[in-house]
Amino acid sequence: MKQLMTGNEAIARGAWEAGVLVCTAYPGTPSTEITENAARYEQIYAEWSPNEKVALEVGLGASIAGGRALVAMKHVGVNVAADPLFTAAYTGVTGGLVLVSADDPGMHSSQNEQDNRHLARAAKIPVLEPADSQEAKDFTKYAFALSEEYDTPVMLRITTRVAHSQSLVELGEREERTLAPYVKNSHKYVMIPAYARPRHTAVEARLTALGHLAETTPLNRVEWGDRSIGVVTGGIAYQYLKEVRPEVSVLKLGLSYPLPRQKITEFARSVTRLYVAEELEDFWESQLRAWGLDVCGKEIFPRTGELQPEIVAAALAAPLGHSPASLEHSPTPPTPPAAALEAPARPPVLCPGCPHRALFYVLRKMRLVVAGDIGCYTLGCLEPLDSVDTTICMGASIGTAIGMEKTRGREFGRRLVAVIGDSTFIHSGVTGLIDAVYNNAPITLLILDNRTTGMTGHQDNPVTGRTLQGEAYREIDLTRLCRAVGVDRVTTVDPFDLKLLEQTIRAELAAEEPSVIITRRKCALIDREAVRPPLRVERDKCTQCLRCMRLGCPCLALREGETVIDAQCTGCGLCARVCAAGAIGEAGEQ
Amino acid sequence: MTVNNILIVGVGGQGTILASRVLAAVIVQAGYEVKVSEIHGMAQRGGSVVTQVRWGERVFSPLVPLGAAGVVLAFEKLEALRWLPWLRPGGQMLVNDQRIDPMPVLTGAAVYPEDALARLSAAGAAVTLCDGYALALRAGNAKAVNMVLLGLLSRHLEFPLSAWESALRRTAPEKYLAVNLAAFALGRD
Ligand code: SF4
Ligand code: SF4
Repeated sequence: MKQLMTGNEAIARGAWEAGVLVCTAYPGTPSTEITENAARYEQIYAEWSPNEKVALEVGLGASIAGGRALVAMKHVGVNVAADPLFTAAYTGVTGGLVLVSADDPGMHSSQNEQDNRHLARAAKIPVLEPADSQEAKDFTKYAFALSEEYDTPVMLRITTRVAHSQSLVELGEREERTLAPYVKNSHKYVMIPAYARPRHTAVEARLTALGHLAETTPLNRVEWGDRSIGVVTGGIAYQYLKEVRPEVSVLKLGLSYPLPRQKITEFARSVTRLYVAEELEDFWESQLRAWGLDVCGKEIFPRTGELQPEIVAAALAAPLGHSPASLEHSPTPPTPPAAALEAPARPPVLCPGCPHRALFYVLRKMRLVVAGDIGCYTLGCLEPLDSVDTTICMGASIGTAIGMEKTRGREFGRRLVAVIGDSTFIHSGVTGLIDAVYNNAPITLLILDNRTTGMTGHQDNPVTGRTLQGEAYREIDLTRLCRAVGVDRVTTVDPFDLKLLEQTIRAELAAEEPSVIITRRKCALIDREAVRPPLRVERDKCTQCLRCMRLGCPCLALREGETVIDAQCTGCGLCARVCAAGAIGEAGEQ
Repeated sequence: MTVNNILIVGVGGQGTILASRVLAAVIVQAGYEVKVSEIHGMAQRGGSVVTQVRWGERVFSPLVPLGAAGVVLAFEKLEALRWLPWLRPGGQMLVNDQRIDPMPVLTGAAVYPEDALARLSAAGAAVTLCDGYALALRAGNAKAVNMVLLGLLSRHLEFPLSAWESALRRTAPEKYLAVNLAAFALGRD
């Protein structure tokens, strides 16, 4: 029987069936579950790497050693891995090497919505784009064969909808592969200029050959229908198109780079009007235009956000032609009725009992400038905590703080902190801290050590010392690490000790050298032992100062003029600590 | 070509995902093509969450079109209102009688729609209200609200009770099975 799987589960299954030996990743939504699932197959070595660059390098090493390797990351992770990627495109592979780029149109859980087909083209590697879980599995398997046949890394590009949607998948058996003896090949793998030049020539020849393949591969298929409309599409956009306009002619691109010029030109000739329906960028459309084809694309489809069936339907129903009016037509999702519009938004919040809440409460109280980073703690930017000034990318908090301090001077620096999580610090914060030491920037860095990688679903990381496949070798000691790069002032505090935390921050802000404060308390979702019965507000003692409401705890509400605590409360006690009237306590005390 | 559409909506952490997993298992067992769409990530931290479930002979889009869901199962009242536009005219709106204030309401930047249920009915939805928490407590575990609501949902679908029970057996952890079955039965009554 077929099995219901997410795209991510299907990719892991496809990798296993393809005989993959090594799977590496840094967790990042929407890619995380690929590696988590791959780790469950005993024939696969799977690891959380400290960042995406290392993940790709480990994958490339596995490939050079002759094994098949899958490397998975979210779209912005490919930016981090771009350095090895662009040269791996030159070296090519020995065992198949597949890079999964999980793009996030609509930015469900990301800081931008870049379209990584552009990165693949810049790196000159082929791209496969599945449209459902069956294709996710099939294309993954095929990607390994393609990688080996054409001696190239292959990008499997998915989007959040494909990664997280479930559909039925036919399962297959694992292909057992024997490792060929290792043969040194320095002309292929040592990229000094003299060896790299012929490799670049090979890369160009490879792209031409892949262009020929694109003409004949069954991954690019025409589904003839009404020939008055022909749509070039692929990925999830294909599903939406089939849903809302099943009658039109379709050219579905599974091999989405390089494009089959002849096939597309013939398709264009056979239909009256040619459209390109693609999510985000005009990646295909611009190529079709460069070939001189008359095509309609981003005049009617949005360049921003996720597509939806309704958007595709509305776009194709809009009046045709390239008149200025239609150029101005900017498609938006259909407007929901008024009843729903009046529903207040429900943004994500820090969990009840979250250690970060205490820190941001203190930072807000101290009115500091806060250079933030990527993780659950990014939520500290929302009301009522509202205490983050910047969030750019993984690891950026430290460099940003250094730049601010160097620009505005020491006075400003005494009111400035950088804030980063344990996993993000290991990912790409350490180099920023080295910069602070080396260039004498007396910044104050807070490392929020909650003993996990929270936002992506609680993965282990070098600081916890436990590996993806459950081994425990050695914890990276943050204090020793910071001291080793030259920071002499390193302290650790419990963020729930609000007074001590505030004192420590004050002292370190005054210090004329870089300092690190590690705020250590376990993530509320992994620290089950810390869960206590809900607290209660004693009505007579409560003075209605509403200080507790500044914590932004979702369990604290003001109902009919009274402060109340609801059943989801984990009894963390933070509200009791900030209550000056001593009105909050355990239920039993009252 | 008819496609059946259901939305399961709620607040991150309420257990909507497990509920949708059981429903999907029932549908697969019945031999339909099925697609389920949900977004993991940031929204799970107490944000608004939705699982879209579609099945039929052939299903393309994993997303339920506006105004096409035969049933919306809402774990929270404000979320019922938010997803109302996806309900088919006259469709079944099954609502857990729970109110969870979102942060903008807690900070006073917005007001919780006290009249949520009235607005649902006024829009033409067939509303069924269920005290999931009380029934879950009666089944022996306050956390089994999702199973109570699943039981309620099962009343509006064609699948036999045995299919639900076997899906529950396969999908949820063994040690909660008795409580889950009890909660499901109370919801179905
Ligand atoms: S998952 Fe952990 S770190 Fe993230 S918001 Fe919840 S308690 Fe805080
Ligand atoms: S209500 Fe108070 S004790 Fe309960 S989780 Fe929130 S801050 Fe902690």
